[in-house]
This record gives sequence, structure tokens and C-alpha cells, in this order.
Amino acid sequence: MAKHETPLLDQLESGPWPSFVSDIKQEAATRAKNAKGLDYQMPSDVCDDLLGILELSYKDGTTHWKHGGIVGVFGYGGGIIGRYCDKPKDFPGVAAFHTVRVAQPGGKYYTTAFLNQLMDIWDLRGSGLTNMHGSTGDIILLGTTTPQLEEIFYQLTHEMGQDLGGSGSNLRTPADCIGSSRCEYACFDTQELCYFLTMTYQDELHRPAFPYKFKFKFDGCPNGCVCSIARSDLSFIGTWKDQIQVNQAEVKAYIDGKTVDNGGAFKGRDWGKFDIQKEVIDLCPTGCMALVKGELKINDKECTRCMHCINVMPKALKPGKDKGVSILCGAKAPIVDGAQMGTLIRPFISIDQTLNKQLSDFEDEDEWMEYLAEKYEAITEFIELVWDYWMEEGKNRERLGELMMRQGLQKFLEKVEVEPMAVHVQHPRTNPYIFWKEDEVEGGWGRDIEDYRKAHSR
Amino acid sequence: MAFISAGYNPDKPMEGRITDIGPKHYDSFYPEVIKKNKGKWSHHEILEPGVLVHVGESGDEVFTVRCGGARLMSVTHIREICEIADKHCDGHVRFTTRNNIEFMVTSKDKMNALKADLAQRKFDGGSMKFPIGGTGSGISNIVHTQGWIHCHTPATDASGTVKATMDTVFEDFQSMKMPAKLKISMACCLNMCGAVHCSDIAILGYHRKPPILDHEYLDKVCEVPLAVASCPTAAIRPSKVELPNGTTVNSVAVKNERCMYCGNCYTMCPSMPLSDKEGDGIVLMAGGKVSNRISAPKFSKVVVAFLPNEAPRWDNMTVAIKKMINAYSNGANKYERLGDWAERIGWERFFEVCDLEFTHHLIDDFRDAAYHTWRQSTLFKF
Repeated sequence: MAKHETPLLDQLESGPWPSFVSDIKQEAATRAKNAKGLDYQMPSDVCDDLLGILELSYKDGTTHWKHGGIVGVFGYGGGIIGRYCDKPKDFPGVAAFHTVRVAQPGGKYYTTAFLNQLMDIWDLRGSGLTNMHGSTGDIILLGTTTPQLEEIFYQLTHEMGQDLGGSGSNLRTPADCIGSSRCEYACFDTQELCYFLTMTYQDELHRPAFPYKFKFKFDGCPNGCVCSIARSDLSFIGTWKDQIQVNQAEVKAYIDGKTVDNGGAFKGRDWGKFDIQKEVIDLCPTGCMALVKGELKINDKECTRCMHCINVMPKALKPGKDKGVSILCGAKAPIVDGAQMGTLIRPFISIDQTLNKQLSDFEDEDEWMEYLAEKYEAITEFIELVWDYWMEEGKNRERLGELMMRQGLQKFLEKVEVEPMAVHVQHPRTNPYIFWKEDEVEGGWGRDIEDYRKAHSR
Repeated sequence: MAFISAGYNPDKPMEGRITDIGPKHYDSFYPEVIKKNKGKWSHHEILEPGVLVHVGESGDEVFTVRCGGARLMSVTHIREICEIADKHCDGHVRFTTRNNIEFMVTSKDKMNALKADLAQRKFDGGSMKFPIGGTGSGISNIVHTQGWIHCHTPATDASGTVKATMDTVFEDFQSMKMPAKLKISMACCLNMCGAVHCSDIAILGYHRKPPILDHEYLDKVCEVPLAVASCPTAAIRPSKVELPNGTTVNSVAVKNERCMYCGNCYTMCPSMPLSDKEGDGIVLMAGGKVSNRISAPKFSKVVVAFLPNEAPRWDNMTVAIKKMINAYSNGANKYERLGDWAERIGWERFFEVCDLEFTHHLIDDFRDAAYHTWRQSTLFKF
């Protein structure tokens, strides 16, 4: 017999999609049964009370969670979100229901040994409910009490060698796409760069010193599977500078219908026979391709690397060999000044493809980190210029993109020491209201009215 | 319940303290075939919806079975995922950025056994635990936020709207017959933890009533200057208020007509709650993308200004979403994302073919950028 009647939520148990209601009920039943005989550190009816308070929200159309409250672990300014419900008497199991953000591993690959160990901690010390994963990327442990926080942190660090993620005005847990670990499109090792920067900036991640939140995300190619261009203050997108690698025999196999187009992504509907002219050449946004005597010719100089042709014919076309990243700055969701997309600032930072030693090639992780510090020096130098500017000029709760809007792209480029180029704009300005700097104008602005009057009477 | 110490000593918090160690290194989590072929993958193919094979230059193959998941997962459910991964995948599993679960195996036989195992697992309520799909030109899982399950500022629920939507579009999660991939995302308030502003279709919770002011407590629990500074439209100013008992307290006043209900003030000051049964509901947006493929990334546009919170199934919301998906599926060319299609046919035609009403709320009036969304040409359709 359920503790609370939940007639509205019960209607979310039907239908094919995995039901979170059924899953919470499943956890409530597991806890009620307590087959392992655990001394649960949260009230054992926490899941029942969560369903109860959620049912109330479904009934009255409003939330029943109050504000945070300053809770955390000693020495860190992030990683824990305080949460209390506004009906503690009716739902004592969720009176305090704090969130723990646990830094997710690169590419979100796990072993079951790791997940089970984490679940052991959360079974004992939390609600038994999680998010896999939160929007920024962390593992979210959903709902525990204040006395458990240090204990959870102690077990994570001492028993699992695992740290918390970020929250508040600091570097948020960086996130990557699957990258070269299982994708042929990746132009850099997203896991390596993500891990390297995460470890390099642990202090910035745990101790809030920024005007507001700051996010890094890493997309291996311009397809953008981790959505960095829309979701991160610094968006790293893999790209290349030289020619798309073409295998003409494989191109022919696509033309002849021997290889399925788009890696099979369009199999569900009959779109007719694959037509390279219509589907690839005519859709190329720069018109830089042609079929000449059965061979695909690409004028790479005009290519903007949109990935379309490569996506359509992954067996025949590959990104070039001179690979690196484009860095875009300032993306954010609408709060406060409206949504912003990342603005292209560093068109190309080359990543030396010959520097491909792995952690296992070194004595210890410190040596490997030193090796990576050299490999990615151009990137860390840029990041620190961005942070210096933002920490100097950014107002409280002003995201990087908003500072860029307030002070302008010209100023930003100057501060991060990037030479302005035509690629920085979609088109040049349409008004001539140019703010010249005094030293750009011959003779400066200091003039003598008497000199002027010698030629121009009053 | 007796408190169980893990070994932490509250009297000496720094003793033996371990900090700044970050996440575990990814190497320790890669399956063997991934470790061996990393950076040397040749190509891939989606064999059927939800099932991919990646082929290495070495000739190695890894078969991936992708399953949808509610991102809210219990310990019991995660242990079941582990049990499956132990049984079929040598103890390895991964998650995608869209809350899908990926099980990887190295042969077709293992893949078939895995698929059969996944397909028969159901929750007691009848829904599938591990529906296979979410690849190619179909509709993948929805990225979303917390909603009423855990957040203090939501204007709707996240898990419920997502469940209702995914049930509605489920056939397209398990097939690949869309003109291009279609990404749906959900955020339960303007703060957009889920960053839905560049999605093919976005579900957004929205408040429509300015904050209520708890004058008696405001100055006791909030910093008035912080509350004032938090407002993006400068609608909040300090004020003195006389309470019914005759005492005068410091508080704030809100210019209601300037408020855009973002809840930023409530985040800074708990004495300014916004949520309201009639005021809160859903905004639908459409036509955004983040990929650079063929066309540049673009923002989603608001296409439905408001729908009430019809818990538990949000019927009018799922109907509107389905109308957009059907019109897009019928009208777009192969490779055309929803936003590219809307731009080609024109937004006036979009509202017509989607059978959605265009109301004055959909004309931008927020700052200078609004002008650039008005039509400055005679190029329109009757």
C-alpha cells in the first residue's frame, strides 16, 4: 500500500517510454523491503514522500521546493545544491533534499564496478534517485540531508578516487562528445582535452572566484553533438585546415548504390535512389564540389567544413589531416539579456597530431599532464586571457557573452590578443559610426582653435 | 536510524582530506575494443534504428545498442543496467549527452542476444525499461531539466512533459523516416538549465505573473539591493511599505508591466515567489539547431505563446508538437532540418501547414534585436 495516493502520477506509468514514476515506485518498494538490511541514512520512505509532493504539484500546478540554503562541503564553494521542501510536515522524508553533483568521466563511459560502488554510497546515504545525467554533464545524486554531505564526499574521494563537479559562480564541469573514442569524424581527442583542462583548472572548478558560471564544452567536429556552440562560454569545435580526404573508389560505391548513404541514417523511408548531384553537390553550401568524369572534385579552399558531404558518404570522405579546434566564445541561455550563440574568436588552433602519447606511456599522471600542458599551451594561454578580462570587467552575474555584448567584439579581440579578421563577422557593420581611437588619427585630437581661426573666420 | 560515519572527523575536517582530484580518468572506463581503436575508426553504419556498428581501420567492429532512458533513474534501475552490462558487455556501459544508454558488444551474435534481453524488460506499470532507438533521422531522447521534482523556480514539470511527449513521438524514436534528425528539448523555466534555445522543437516552462511580495519578511531574508540588481528589465525598486499592523518596513516595489517573469529576483530573494496555477504553463519554440551542417546554427523561435499546465499528460502540448512534426515530415526535403524547412516555405506558411495560430505575442518586442525579426521586404506569401 502506497503511503500517498498518486492518481495523477499513476497516469504516467502507461505508454511505451520509460516511466520515471514506475522507477521511483520501484525504488520505494526496494527500500520498503530492504533486502540487504541497510540502515538507511535518509528516511526509508523518502521515495514515497517524493511521489507525494510531486503529486501535490501535479494537483496545484506549482512547485513545492524552496530555495537552496547554504550547504556544501568544507573548502569547496560548489558541487552541492541545497534544497528544502515547503511542506516538511506532510512530507518529512524530503524535508531536506540536497543535490550532489559528481564529476562525470569523459565520454560518459563507465564500468559497472564504478557505478555499483557509487550506487552503494547513494543507497545508504541518499534518496536512491539520480539523474544520469544533469544538463551540464554531471552525475546528479538527487536528495540527501546535510549531515550526509561530508560523509558522501569522504567516501567519493577516499574510496573511489572521485571528485565533485561544479556549481555556482565557478567553472562548471566540462563536458565532451564521444570524440575519437568511437567516432571517425572527430578532429581532436575530446576526452583528452576535456580531462586535461578539467584537471588543470580544479581550483577554478571548486572555489567560486568568477562573476558567474563558466562552461567549457568540446565537440569533435562541426556536427556539434554536445551542442557546445549554444551551451558553453567557451566552445571548442574540431575542424581541419587542409583538404577533405577523398577515396574515389568509395565515392563510386555510393554512386552505384553499393554503399548505403549517410551511414544508414535515412533508412526508414524510401527517398529514391541516392543521387550524388542532388544530395551532395547541389546541397553543398559553398558550391565547391563537382563531379568530373565520375570523380568527385572539391575546391577545398572554398569549403567551410560543414560536414554534410562527409556525413552523407562517411566511407568515402574524411576530414583533412591538419586538424585542430575553432574556439567560439560567449554562448548562453536567455537569462538575462537573451540567448546568445558562441562567436567565433579563434578560427583555428592547430593540434599537433604527432603528440599522441597516452597516459599509459608515462610513469605517472603528473608527467602526462606536463606533456599535455605543452601540447595544449596555445589553448590554456587563450583561456587565461579570456578569464583575466572577464574577471576584471565582468559585473556580478554577468556571463562572458553579455560582457562581450556590453563592451563590444572589438574590445574583446583586443583583450584576448586576437587580430581582427573578416572571419570574425557575418558581414561588416552597416552603420559608419566608427569610434576611432585617438592614436589611429593622424595628429591626434588635440587642436588649437586659434590655428583653426586663421583659416576660418568666426 | 543510527548515523554511520564513513571515517570523516568533523572536529578535524582537514585531516587526510582529499580534494581537487577531478573525475576518474576515462582510460579506466573504456571497453577494450574502444581503447584499441580510439582515433583509428574508419566508418560506421546504423544497421537498424538504435543499433550502430563502428568499423576500425584494424577491421575490428563494435556494435552499439542505444536505449532511451528517463534521465531520472533509481539505484535499482542503474543496478539493472549494470547487470545487463555485466552479462553482455564485459562490465562496460556508457551514456549519451541526450540521456540515452549505450551498450556495446563486439559481435552480431552478442548484439542479438543483448537486443532480445533489453526488449523484454518492462517496469511494473507496463512501460519499457530499455526501448531501442534514437538514431539517425528519427527523434532522439529529450534533454531536460528538473521541474517540479526538485527545482524552486519551475513553471511546469520536466519529467512529466517529457514522458508525455516521448510517448506521443515514440514511433519516431524507433524509426528513421524524418527528413533529418529532429531534436526536442525541455526546460522548465527561462533559466534554461537545459539550454533549449537552439532545438528543432523546444518545450519551455513559463510564468506569466509578476512576483508576489512577502513584505513582512523580505528585508529579513533578502538583500534588497541584490533583488533590485537582479532584474534584467529594471522593474524592481526599493520601497518602504506600511504593514497592516502599522509598522513600516523596507521592501521592494515591482513595476508589473515591465516584468518578464524570469524569476531572477526569486533566485536572489525567496520573498518574491512567482509560481501560480493559472499563470504558469508552456511555451513552444521551433526551428533551432546547433549543427553546422548545410546551414549555420540557429535559434529556436517561439511558435506557441502559451499552453496551460494540463498535468499529467499535457494533451494540448503534445497535440501541437505532433502537428508540427507531421507538417515537417510531410513537407520537408531530405536533409532539411525543421528550421531550414520553415525558412524555405516562410514562417507565414509554417503556421498555416502546422495549423497553429499566430498571435501578437509572437512578434518580438524585446530590445534592439526585435527589429531584425520584422519583415523588411515585399517578399511574403498570401
